[in-house]
Amino acid sequence: MSRWLSAYAVGAYAFLHLPLAVLAVFSFNASRFTTWEGFSLVWYRTAFADPQLSEATVNSLLIAAAATVLATAVGTLCAYGLWKRSSQPVTAALYLSLVTPEIVMGIALLAFYQWIFRYLRIQLGMHTVILAHVMFSIAYVVTVVSARLRTFDRSQEEAALDLGATEWGAFFHVTLPQLTPGVISAALLVFILSFDDFVITSLVAGVDSETLPMVIYAMARRGFNPTVNAISTMIVAGLGVLILIGERLRES
Amino acid sequence: MSRLRAWCLAPAGAMLGLLFLAPLGIIAAYSLMTRGPYGGVMGPWTAENYARLFDPLYLSILLRSVVYAAVATAVCVFMGFPLALFISRSGARKGLYLALVIVPFWTSFLVRTYAWMFLLRDTGLINTSLRMAGLIDQPLPLLYTPLAVMLGLVYGYLPFMVLPIFSTLERLDKSLLEAAADLGARPLDALFHITIPLAKPGILAGSLLVFISCLGAYLTPDLLGGGKTIMIGNVVQNQFTTSRDWPFGAALSLILMLAVMAMLMPLIRRDKEGLL
Amino acid sequence: MDTVLELKRVSKQYPGHLAVDSVSLSVPRGSLFALVGPSGCGKTSILRMVAGFEQPTAGELLLNNGRIEHLKPYERNVTTVFQSYALFPHLTVRQNIEFGLKRKGAADLDGPVRKVMDLLRLAGKEARHPHQMSGGERQRVALARALVLEPELLLLDEPLSALDPQLRKQVRSELKALQRGVGITFLMVTHDQEEALSLSDHIAVMNRGKLEQVGRPEEIYLRPASRFVAGFLGAVNWLGNVGVRPEMMRLSRDPPGNGARCHRAKVRSAMFLGNCIHVETQLHDGAAVTAEVPRNHIEISQGEEVHVWWHPADEIHLPESR
Repeated sequence: MSRWLSAYAVGAYAFLHLPLAVLAVFSFNASRFTTWEGFSLVWYRTAFADPQLSEATVNSLLIAAAATVLATAVGTLCAYGLWKRSSQPVTAALYLSLVTPEIVMGIALLAFYQWIFRYLRIQLGMHTVILAHVMFSIAYVVTVVSARLRTFDRSQEEAALDLGATEWGAFFHVTLPQLTPGVISAALLVFILSFDDFVITSLVAGVDSETLPMVIYAMARRGFNPTVNAISTMIVAGLGVLILIGERLRES
Repeated sequence: MSRLRAWCLAPAGAMLGLLFLAPLGIIAAYSLMTRGPYGGVMGPWTAENYARLFDPLYLSILLRSVVYAAVATAVCVFMGFPLALFISRSGARKGLYLALVIVPFWTSFLVRTYAWMFLLRDTGLINTSLRMAGLIDQPLPLLYTPLAVMLGLVYGYLPFMVLPIFSTLERLDKSLLEAAADLGARPLDALFHITIPLAKPGILAGSLLVFISCLGAYLTPDLLGGGKTIMIGNVVQNQFTTSRDWPFGAALSLILMLAVMAMLMPLIRRDKEGLL
Repeated sequence: MDTVLELKRVSKQYPGHLAVDSVSLSVPRGSLFALVGPSGCGKTSILRMVAGFEQPTAGELLLNNGRIEHLKPYERNVTTVFQSYALFPHLTVRQNIEFGLKRKGAADLDGPVRKVMDLLRLAGKEARHPHQMSGGERQRVALARALVLEPELLLLDEPLSALDPQLRKQVRSELKALQRGVGITFLMVTHDQEEALSLSDHIAVMNRGKLEQVGRPEEIYLRPASRFVAGFLGAVNWLGNVGVRPEMMRLSRDPPGNGARCHRAKVRSAMFLGNCIHVETQLHDGAAVTAEVPRNHIEISQGEEVHVWWHPADEIHLPESR
């Protein structure tokens, strides 16, 4: 049976990886058709030369960076607070945010923003996107950091208090340093989630805060464009590296 | 002690309350209102939006979403179980094989969906290869079909099935399989009588995750289905952008939310510590 | 001797570690055969090879004179009671017991199952699941499940180790009676010498992959073939190449005469153990001697000078100095 299983696994992995592999291979195709006509970097050059793409990439990076910092901080503190003593309402809300379909979260935020914009003089823009990203990322950070905390020995904090540290001191000097791999892993996760998000972002982004996924989406809808292949390959490679680092940290 | 804890939970609590629960509340309220002239909402309160859900057009979309989600889930079970089994039996290389499932999953969902567009379109790789091999003259209509959407759903959410099944298989007591062999069960017998029944919790968890994700799918039916194969998610998005019928979109969203929550109730209850 | 199982120069080599070193033995039909030794001695490897979960790297395994090394576990007429019992948690007691019969495609399930359940006092518990049963009950289900198939040989891996100490003595005699009753050959692996001595008809003592001695319990206990065997089955006082077990030692104020061997000694400690008194003494030449004497023996106290003596017939003489 194990031979059949191995054969099947090869097929299954091919199914999972070939589409992306094919995309990558054809990003280096000299022609814009799906017949191979030689190796070329023309699509990569085109991608880098496109001002709309550059602007969108910068936006995406800025948003992701901001969201990462905020979500990681908020989420880590939340995980720590829950570890001290659990809170049913907070846990329930976090769980709910994880299972809510993106489309629902997106339109709910849109409705919310429009509603409060009647009272505040602001519009949709980078800030609304960043807040949205932080919001949906918190639960992921809490999950990762909580997993770390579960293996943490409570008596270390008690020892710190016993030796004269305050509660905050115990957190900063004893617990947090040991949580670092988990926190970094969570941060990488937020970055990836934020950078890649389309559904929620497209609903709450303003006119001049286009993100990379939004541009890709528009290009994909418009028709066949091999530049998208090049962008996609770069994204997959970049995010792939981040994921591997994140996984390594999570296991350590 | 609890002051520290309060400060720790406050930021997250505030964000969840303000940016998640409040918006959901607003949506719930909107679902009972009437659409405004330029989009947005206005009074009076009405239950008309929910009544509209029973309109054959929307019922058929709801039904289609459920059917697609169910079929995709079933396919994922049959594709995902053997893969999880393979990984759990691969000894030292388990980590590698698991990573090979996880890494593509976490890279851009948009890119992964686009990859299938690249493969399936009339001038895409599959059609071009078949034409060059002389097997067909005209391109096969692969993109913008139910098949394409199904393919995209399975491709997108298969890892959601593999991971829970894998973790359940890992916790299986190996001596049970030895006992089965000892009592005369051939490997296939042991698989069907011991391994699969005991993997049920994992299969159930994976199925729920996949089903719920498929139900709320937006990008996949949008990009791979064209305008033809739409699911609940597409209708919702539509109401909030082009159609500008927010109350109806809100009602639809709420139904979706309630369905998701109803399905997850038993899972949450069993998985007390679990995720968080 | 009618032999059910025979091992001919069986070895098991792991990378960097020889677990079983050319072991040959014969298990007589209808006996309760114990394989004992300290952990790491290779007894479990032998059990697993007989069951079919491991292959020998050398030698032959014969069941009823037929070679079985190449047969899979499900092809052998041998069943196992695992140390953890390995009961199927998702099946009822009845379904667990029926499992092997169903794999064989047996027509009549009811008859054999009921018979074996009565035999193991499990009647009325058909519909329960393993987690609803006590440790002792689970063991009986494991036994029932293995015995209902009427194997040529039943393997037991540390059968008493998972039970409470109080339960152990009771289960010990039940196990012995069971084996006598069904007449099936039992091959039992254990690290507990008391268990082995009390239960078995034959014992094989192993150490570091090698077979040290095979024989009946009394024979092995009274006439061990090596220091290791002697020491494994019970405590021994060694005086040169002659060994005397503590329970054979006697103490007295005056030399006993009547042909007994005798030494003068000083009492270092005397501990009341309930059923005997454990006395540590030191002979005048410095050797330490342990004696276990009955309660109604002479009154002794620490520091006293006594005579330590024993009958020559109770001595252990090793075949050659090992």
